[in-house]
Amino acid sequence: MDNPDKKRILVVDDERQIRKLLRVILEGAGHAVHEAETGTVGLVEAAALQPDCVILDLGLPDMDGCVFLEKYREWSKTPVLVLSARHGEDDKVKALDLGAEDYLTKPFGAGELLARLRSVMRRNPHVAESPVVSFGDVEIDRSARTVRRGTQEVHLTSKEYALLCLLASHRGKVVTHRQILREIWGPNSEDQTHYLRVHMAHLRKKLESTPDTPRHLLTDAGVGYRLVD
Amino acid sequence: MSAQDDARPDPDALLASIKRQEERDRRGKLKVFLGMCPGVGKTYAMLEAAHREKADGVEVVVGVIETHGRPRTGALVNGLEVIPRRSIEHRGVRLEEMDLEAILGRRPRLVLVDELAHTNAPGSRHPKRWQDVVELLESGIDVLTTLNIQHVESRADAVQQISGVPIRETVPDSIIDIADEIELVDITAKDLRERLEEGHVYQGERAAAASENFFQEPILNALRELALRFTAERVDRQLNSLRSGQGRSAVWQSGERLMVAIDTSPFSTQLVRWTCRRASAQDAPWLAVHVASATPLTAESQSQLDQNLALARELGGSVLQAQSEDVAEALVQVALEHNATQLIIGKPRGNRLLYWLAGGSLIDRLLKLAGNINLTVVPPSDEHNHARPWLVFEPPPASSLREYAAAASMVAVISLGGLLFPPRYYLATGLIYLLGVIVLSLRLGRWPVLFAGVLSALTWNFLFIPPKFTFRITSVEDGALFVAQFVVAIVAGQLTARIRRQAQDEHNRERRATALFKLTTLLAENDSLDEALTQVQRQIDETFEAKSAILFAASPGALPGLHPAASATVEPRELSVANWAHVHRRNAGRFTDTLPGSQGFYIPLLRNDVSFGTLGVFVPKEESLTLQQRDLLDSFATQIAMAIERTHLRAASERERLLAESEKLYRTLHECVSHELRTPLAVITGSIESLAVTRDETKRAELSEEVREATKRLNRLVGNLLDQTRLESGALKPRLDWCDPRDIVNAAVKGAEDVLKPHPLEVMIADDLPPLLADFTLTEQAIGNLIVNAATHTPDGTRIYVTAGLDRDGTRAFFTVADDGPGFPPEMKERLFKKFARGDAAKAGGLGLGLSIVRGFILAQGGDIAIGESPNGGAITTLFLPYSAPTTTPHG
Repeated sequence: MDNPDKKRILVVDDERQIRKLLRVILEGAGHAVHEAETGTVGLVEAAALQPDCVILDLGLPDMDGCVFLEKYREWSKTPVLVLSARHGEDDKVKALDLGAEDYLTKPFGAGELLARLRSVMRRNPHVAESPVVSFGDVEIDRSARTVRRGTQEVHLTSKEYALLCLLASHRGKVVTHRQILREIWGPNSEDQTHYLRVHMAHLRKKLESTPDTPRHLLTDAGVGYRLVD
Repeated sequence: MSAQDDARPDPDALLASIKRQEERDRRGKLKVFLGMCPGVGKTYAMLEAAHREKADGVEVVVGVIETHGRPRTGALVNGLEVIPRRSIEHRGVRLEEMDLEAILGRRPRLVLVDELAHTNAPGSRHPKRWQDVVELLESGIDVLTTLNIQHVESRADAVQQISGVPIRETVPDSIIDIADEIELVDITAKDLRERLEEGHVYQGERAAAASENFFQEPILNALRELALRFTAERVDRQLNSLRSGQGRSAVWQSGERLMVAIDTSPFSTQLVRWTCRRASAQDAPWLAVHVASATPLTAESQSQLDQNLALARELGGSVLQAQSEDVAEALVQVALEHNATQLIIGKPRGNRLLYWLAGGSLIDRLLKLAGNINLTVVPPSDEHNHARPWLVFEPPPASSLREYAAAASMVAVISLGGLLFPPRYYLATGLIYLLGVIVLSLRLGRWPVLFAGVLSALTWNFLFIPPKFTFRITSVEDGALFVAQFVVAIVAGQLTARIRRQAQDEHNRERRATALFKLTTLLAENDSLDEALTQVQRQIDETFEAKSAILFAASPGALPGLHPAASATVEPRELSVANWAHVHRRNAGRFTDTLPGSQGFYIPLLRNDVSFGTLGVFVPKEESLTLQQRDLLDSFATQIAMAIERTHLRAASERERLLAESEKLYRTLHECVSHELRTPLAVITGSIESLAVTRDETKRAELSEEVREATKRLNRLVGNLLDQTRLESGALKPRLDWCDPRDIVNAAVKGAEDVLKPHPLEVMIADDLPPLLADFTLTEQAIGNLIVNAATHTPDGTRIYVTAGLDRDGTRAFFTVADDGPGFPPEMKERLFKKFARGDAAKAGGLGLGLSIVRGFILAQGGDIAIGESPNGGAITTLFLPYSAPTTTPHG
């Protein structure tokens, strides 16, 4: 596993089987796993353990996952990965708005979980990110404000470039529509999602080899976009 | 009927007896303290009994006690809970009455109600206190009450004859019949007079007056005998019914059935009481019959008739009305229909000549027709025995004034014409007069014809018969013709009257039948009860020239609510009267004994003894409803009740059908789901167990792949079930947002990855396809389901095509999923969108929910779905979604 650092991960979920499964997967990846069955215990454990990441189920018996997030975010910036069921787009967006880093839909695969976990924990405010980000055959040089695909330089409009950079800075993680629209088009454009669709379509055409079935610039239905390697 | 038949209990009668027993069990118990006259100590005895009950722990309250200032009685009230009386203001006078509402609200076990025969102040719920008592009993409260023998309806006449004092307040015998116990408070006449003299009964001057009038010893003795006999008769009857072991006298033993004929005279009340006494002595049922003729009754006669009929009802007789011009025939017919064994009529006081003209007196005709029915003729008492004058001249109605004028002018014209001829033709003139009377009888009523006859006879005599200008007749011929004038006039008048009445009868019957027929048709033809009731109310308004309102229970057992089409405004107070009629299943309001001060007349909608609501009819204050109209309204009410009952039954069977359907659905679902869920579960279980023992890496990889596929299938199945639930619960609310159609298709394809493996897929989306407003997830699921369907319903290797684009006119976006497979099986096309519809050729897998969900999801977004065949015979499904370009354009 490409995760030499052993991380402390707190799992807050009332389902014994899910906790067990997560323990197997995460310990298999070399992490230390702590479990909490309820939101209340979870908050106490989180305060005591100071984990590197929290995996949070939204449907807790004693409190809504969003309430947990709200309380937790009052005093901690530790990344939180949310687990949610299929039809809960609203819940996912709400959790993301409340400060969760990313979400995972049940049922999920082990590989997907570990990948998400890596992205979530990658963000480290103390390490300056390299100005150059690359995915596939695309390379973004943020210091020079240029984008190359292979050897070819690709011309992007300023909005397209801003969109790409935003996704790149959250690589592997979902960025909600609202977040994107607010940061690129300003706070009054939060519901103008068709701007976003059009620009994303352009961006895919310019950067993806098969723009109709994109491999890097992915859509998270009802939630947002994410850039994956 | 043989004697053996008589002895065998009639099943209907037994049922009635059982029903009555049940009613009695529900009802409170009634105990009556009966006395021969005031002052015997009934109230005192009742209070003593109340104290005994209280000592036994029974919850006793005093509803009303009249102490008449008797100190010993007053003292006994102490220690009992007294419900305060209600005070009613009537024409500036404050009256105090028993507070029925308060007692019903208080719900004690036992209540004391003094003076059962008391008449309530106007504005009370019931006009009589005994009706209050009936309501208390019906609510399950036991009642102790007091009563003097003079107030018993069937004995009132006798008391009046004994004492000479008119009796105004009476209670029907039927309430004494329902009494569970009667205690005779007996005291000798001597003792009573002593008590009176000692001032225990009345004080001061009243005592002296009473002592001289009512309380004379012979009168008291006679009253005492009456009271003792009344009680003894009752005990006798109870013993009899105990001996026969059959609850109550509802099962009539004697086989006798009495029938009394009543008319519009006050004498009929006497007849009714006589019959009631006779019937109860013979332990026989009885009925009262009135034969109405077409002649309209004066208001006075009508109200006397109503009183007579009401009395019969109160005394426990059945009441019947027949319509005919021939009283004797009608009476015999009713008697035969109802198996009456005795017919009771009053001794007629009519004129012999009229009877002779009508084909004999009523009695003669009855004797001729009655066969083996016993005929009893009761003579009127002195009071009623003033013979009616044989020619009653009732003030003629306005229409007949015109007839009299016509008669007079006809006579005048004939007279003038006759004067033109020489006097020797005066006999011919006489014949022309006769002719004129006969012609008139074709058009005019009885009395105008008679009038014309008399007038022409006199005029002819005066003007034409010699000696002229005198009323003298000298020759036999003249005399004969003069008499003939009268006779012809009378006979012709009688005949016309009869014919006209028969026509009128026919007309009335016709009108009633038509009204009823129209109502029945309205009720039968309208599928919706609401519409039917609307039209019915309109028809009632028309038929009775009244306003109406229907209160009905929308579902069985529900509280009746006012139908919106009511033409009458029903005030809250009136609503409570309507509700009373519904709950007690008896007529209430105007023209009845229950709250007669109400504006409306309320008839419960009864069917098989179940009330479905109330029909309220409002006629103007100065008008009233005739008994016939009320009977017709009763029939209307029954018809309406039947219609409501039908609706209730239909609703019930509809519920049943839905239940059966949902049961079927449940079974299908259960079978499908258990199969569909268990298959992947079996795969997972089996694979996992093999994984635990297999070391071979390739095999392990294969098994893992099996598990993965099974879980995907399971996941999709659960998703579909959840989606269907969402659709059915109506909780599906599309969240429209701008979506890139490519994203939607990609997500759908990705979701179907596993089943698509054996199928080549072609996705064709126009390059310039703009974002469209849709619910991403719903559309993705819809397309995903179509792809899964295409993949599972075609042989492996069949190519699948997914396309998306805009309509030519740019108002609709479409997605199509097509394949090169065999197309939709023809037998499936009809039920393709039904739940659990699966093609026969379908490979294992799928619940048949797919297309039903697709349709639901697309319709929810305002879209549409179409199926068809592609040019090479494969299936093609197209989803349409409404499209309009965004109003703002992106910039930058």
